[in-house]
This record gives sequence, C-alpha cells and structure tokens, in this order.
Amino acid sequence: MEKFEKLTGVAAPMDMINIDTDMIIPKNFLKTIKRTGLGVNLFDEMRYDDDRNERPDFVLNKPAYRNAEILIAGENFGCGSSREHAPWAIKDFGIRCVIAPSFADIFFNNCFKNGILPIPLPQDQVDILMKDAEKGENARITVDLENQVITTSDGEQIRFEVESFRKHCLMNGLDDIGLTLEKAASIDAFEAKAAQSRPWV
Amino acid sequence: MSSKTLYDKIWDAHIAHEAEDGTCLLYIDRHLVHEVTSPQAFEGLRMAGRTVHAPDKTIAVPDHNVPTTPGRDVHIDNDESRIQVDALDKNARDFGVHYYPVSDIRQGIVHIVGPEQGWTLPGMTVVCGDSHTATHGAFGALAHGIGTSEVEHVLATQTLISKKSKNMKVEITGKLAPGVTAKDITLSVIGKTGTAGGTGYVIEYCGEAIRDLSMEGRMTVCNMAIEGGARAGLIAPDEKTFAYCMGRPHAPKGTQWEAALAWWKTLYSDDDAHWDKVITIRGEDIAPVVTWGTSPEDVLPITASVPAPEDFKGGKVDAAKRSLEYMGLTAGTPLNQIKIDTVFIGSCTNGRIEDLRAAAAILKGKKIAEGMRAMVVPGSGLVRAQAEEEGIAQVFIDAGFEWRLAGCSMCLAMNPDQLEPGERCAATSNRNFEGRQGRGGRTHLMSPAMAAAAAVTGHLTDVREMM
Repeated sequence: MEKFEKLTGVAAPMDMINIDTDMIIPKNFLKTIKRTGLGVNLFDEMRYDDDRNERPDFVLNKPAYRNAEILIAGENFGCGSSREHAPWAIKDFGIRCVIAPSFADIFFNNCFKNGILPIPLPQDQVDILMKDAEKGENARITVDLENQVITTSDGEQIRFEVESFRKHCLMNGLDDIGLTLEKAASIDAFEAKAAQSRPWV
Repeated sequence: MSSKTLYDKIWDAHIAHEAEDGTCLLYIDRHLVHEVTSPQAFEGLRMAGRTVHAPDKTIAVPDHNVPTTPGRDVHIDNDESRIQVDALDKNARDFGVHYYPVSDIRQGIVHIVGPEQGWTLPGMTVVCGDSHTATHGAFGALAHGIGTSEVEHVLATQTLISKKSKNMKVEITGKLAPGVTAKDITLSVIGKTGTAGGTGYVIEYCGEAIRDLSMEGRMTVCNMAIEGGARAGLIAPDEKTFAYCMGRPHAPKGTQWEAALAWWKTLYSDDDAHWDKVITIRGEDIAPVVTWGTSPEDVLPITASVPAPEDFKGGKVDAAKRSLEYMGLTAGTPLNQIKIDTVFIGSCTNGRIEDLRAAAAILKGKKIAEGMRAMVVPGSGLVRAQAEEEGIAQVFIDAGFEWRLAGCSMCLAMNPDQLEPGERCAATSNRNFEGRQGRGGRTHLMSPAMAAAAAVTGHLTDVREMM
C-alpha cells in the first residue's frame, strides 16, 4: 500500500450531503476484475452527459480542480454499498484525502486499505475548509498525518483525530494481511477452542 | 458477570486477538462470496502465494451481474459479466470453497442462499463483500458488509480487523395494522433516524411487532440496517428462528443440534444491558410507506404528499431540491397520484417466498395496468420452484408479470435488467439512489404488496384500498 505522510494539494469542494457509492462509481464500472483504471469514471453520471462529454459545471471538470488531491464534502459521505471500487476510483483519480462531517462505515474502512485518509470533522470546521477550497487552485491545503493537523491556504490550523493503528498502517504503507498473519498462533488457538465449544460451526 | 447485549455476547465469543487500543481480530464463522467484489481479492491471494484459510466456511455464489433470462448457464452475452462469473467459477474450484453455480437450483442472491442452506445460524459472525449482509442478523448473527481488501483478509486469515461498535436498540412496540409489513417497519425506522442515524452502531431490533414477524420479515428488517448507516442489525433468536434452521442442509444435527440450541438460547440482551441509543416506535403508528426522493430516508406514508425543499433544514434543503428535480416531482403532489412505468419485485430485501405470496395475494385475478412493465425476480432457484409449486408463479404470469430466474437483477441493474432514463419504478429493493436502477431511472421503494397494488392501478397506491 502507498504510504500517506503529508500531502499538500488542491482541495475540491463538493457541498452535498449523502454522496453515495453509486454516485462515486456507478455499477456499470464494477464489472472489472482489476483495482486500477477507475479514475476516469469517478462520479461518472455527474461528470459526463449522455454523449460522454464533460459537464463543465461539475467541480472536477473545472480547470482549477482537475488535479485535486483532496475532496471536501457534506455529511454521510460514501453511504451505500460496500464496493471498494469507490475508493479505488477516488485514488485512481489522484485524490488521497476526503474531509467530511461524517462517513459511512464500510467506505471509511475501505479508504484506509487503499492509502486514502478520510477525516471526519465537525461541520463548522468542514465549512471553513469548504470556503477555502472554493478559492480554487491557488488555495492549497496541507494535511499532515503525523501531527494530525490540516493547514488551510490562510495558515489556519485544524487538528483531527485518527485511530492509532490506522495511522501507523497508513504512515508505513503496511499490508494488513501480513500483520494479521504474524498473529497466526492466536487464530489457531481460537479455532482449537471453538472446535470444542461450538463444534457445529 | 456484567450485563451484556446480544451484540456484546456474540462479539466476545469471537475475539481471536485484542490489541491494547481495542483493535480486535474478530473470528469469522461464515464468509459469503459473490462475483463482483471478489476477483481482486482472489487475485491478491494468488500474487502473495496465499491460500484460503477455511474453505469449508467460505460459500460462493454468482448473483449480482447474472442475467435472469433462460440460457445463462450456457452463455452470458455481456463479456465483462461473463469474465466475472468465469473468474468466480475458477476461484471457487481452485481454492476449494462451497459453490452454487447458475446451473444449480440452489443458486440465488447470496443473502437468500445463506439462510436457505443453513449456513447462517444464530450467534455466528457472517461477512460478505456486500453491504446487505446485514440480512443475516435476523438469525441473531453478527453480520455485515466488507470491502474487497477485507474479503482478501478474511480469505487469508478467517478474521477481520475490527473495533467494537456502540449498541443501539430499536424497539417496535405493539401490533402492526393490516397492510403494514416488515418493509414498512424498516423504511419507517430509516425515515425517523436518517441514513446516518445508525453510523457507529450495531442495531438490535426488538419489541412485540418484531417478535410477531416471520423469519422472512425479520430478514427484510435487518437487511436495511445498512441504509440507516448501522454496521449491522440483529434480532435475538427465538423458537421461530430455531424452527427455521432445523433440518436445513448445513444446520447441525443430532447431539450437535442440541448443543447448539443450548447456546443459542443464551443469545439475548440482558434486561439491564447498557444501550448507547434507544429508538422506540409504536407499531400501530406505522403506515404503508413509499420513498419520494433519492435517499432511503426520504420516506413518507402513502397518504402524504411530495414535500417541498423548504420543509427541511441544513444540507437537506439542497439535497431535497436535487432529489425532486431528479425524480421529476412537484412539491404538494399527493404520492398516490404518481404514475409509474415499471414494477420490480425481488432483491435480498424482498425476494423471499413470503414476499411473493404477499404480492400474489394482491394480484390474484387482476391484470397489470396497460403499458406497464412488471417483473418478478425470485431470490433463489428454490424460492422460484416453491412459488411455481404453490401456483404463485402462475398468478404473476396471468397478471402480466415476467417470471424471471434468480439474481440481484434490477435492484442494482448490473445485468440487462435496467431502467431507461426517466422511467419510474415501484421497487421492493433497498436503494433509490440516483442511477441505481439504471442511468436516469427513478425509484420508489415500498413493500411487495404495495408494489403489486401499483402494478394494477398504474400509480402509487395505498394497498389497504385493495384488501
């Protein structure tokens, strides 16, 4: 997994609540057996018209935000299905950090498995970042994971929380499965015990 | 010993390892796998030279993208769908997991097949790369959706890295009125709590109205826990649960059944258990409901009218404006005057035999409205066979419905069953997101009986008028 340490980049404002996984990556793009190449279809139905032309008023089609690396959005971001294609598409587009008042549970988990940092913040702080992002490409925001601080283009600093284990994995680009397999003895012991207590499983 | 909720008890029984910060390795009893969210996970195993840790606890079935028309066992036209199904075939064979291909009568929607075959049992942990895994919570199992990286993690280790959620109790007291179903309960709860109301929680549904539901109805309720934002939804097992499980192909038998039953009977929330959040709804207050917008929280009784954006607060004002525009609706229009083009009965929410019976009871001796497109997609090959045996299939066919093969179908429109832009659908599925049932398609969620009523009249209809 790609490491996430410190990121400075353009933040795209998407001031909408309940941005669901069908919006992030519509189902017709789930028929892939690969993890890459989905960036071009990120937000597909909002981004392109019926003739596959870009809708100029959609934020990621505007010149200022075409290379956005951070997304600022409304509450309950990523609600809906478990499709990891959603964070795959976000990552493939080049976005490494999503900031919103709240996230749907499965999407939130999926981000950490793909080197994306989702940051939940109180609404008033998201509002500050949303305004900053609306300034366009000259307003670059910095997300410092080690110190857990976001710095706006005006130098205003906002602290954020992140679970220590997730932070550790993200900062070191660690593979979950490798870490878990180091605990194989615990899993074997659990299975031996369960074979006695719940043999029908 | 301190008091525990049902969720606490199942969680505690499955911790294989706990780190200092509370991050746990949760042991997984059943891992369900389908063709859309698993190819990258199996590929990951191969590339790392890993195997499936417990193939005997892993069950695979294609459901999301398979056509629901005859001949699919011979050939699937869509190249990408065929490649995904072929990949599942190969992965199931190579890694030796249980498998129900489309040619098998037991094939169907993964969340209907699991309970039907007795894979899902009380007290288990069940995961699947699909958010509607919450369905299995109806058995008093801890069941939730996971992403593909987690699918790979469970395949490789039979555990999931997890932190405990908070406990939420949703109590539905009293009795439901005639014409009100499990679907109306689950939609009404979401209407009350919002789609993020359950975020961070595991919900336990309880109360007389929940107890009165069949296992099928309980599955419908738990299925949509995810639409309320919850990690999982569950219901304590009781005699109905045990009766449903008994004799299923993969349920325990003999002395093992007795041992299992003894443990299952301890699976309930203690009287003085701690709840972080409690919601109570009177069963008598629940009406047959429909959704009007593009979020499952956009729920209203069928007797209401389309709301106006200014009826809402905060970010919901803009969201409602956008929803009404997308849905092509005007504020103030009575919901029962909204004309529909299509009816879809099926999905992991409402594709079980009881759902088909409820719809058929409304349709018996009637015809669908002129120009209406209507389809029934049974949740599994076995549900389909049972409906044919009971004569229900013929009721649907006589009414003018298409009688399809099992799969997810138009719930998420990954197969050829899709809405056209602007086409308006009365659906028994679980999501009304923009484009969910096809680009530009407009979805109204409701119960099977309500969908059947709409099929007959051609507009959203209060099913109580037809009973």
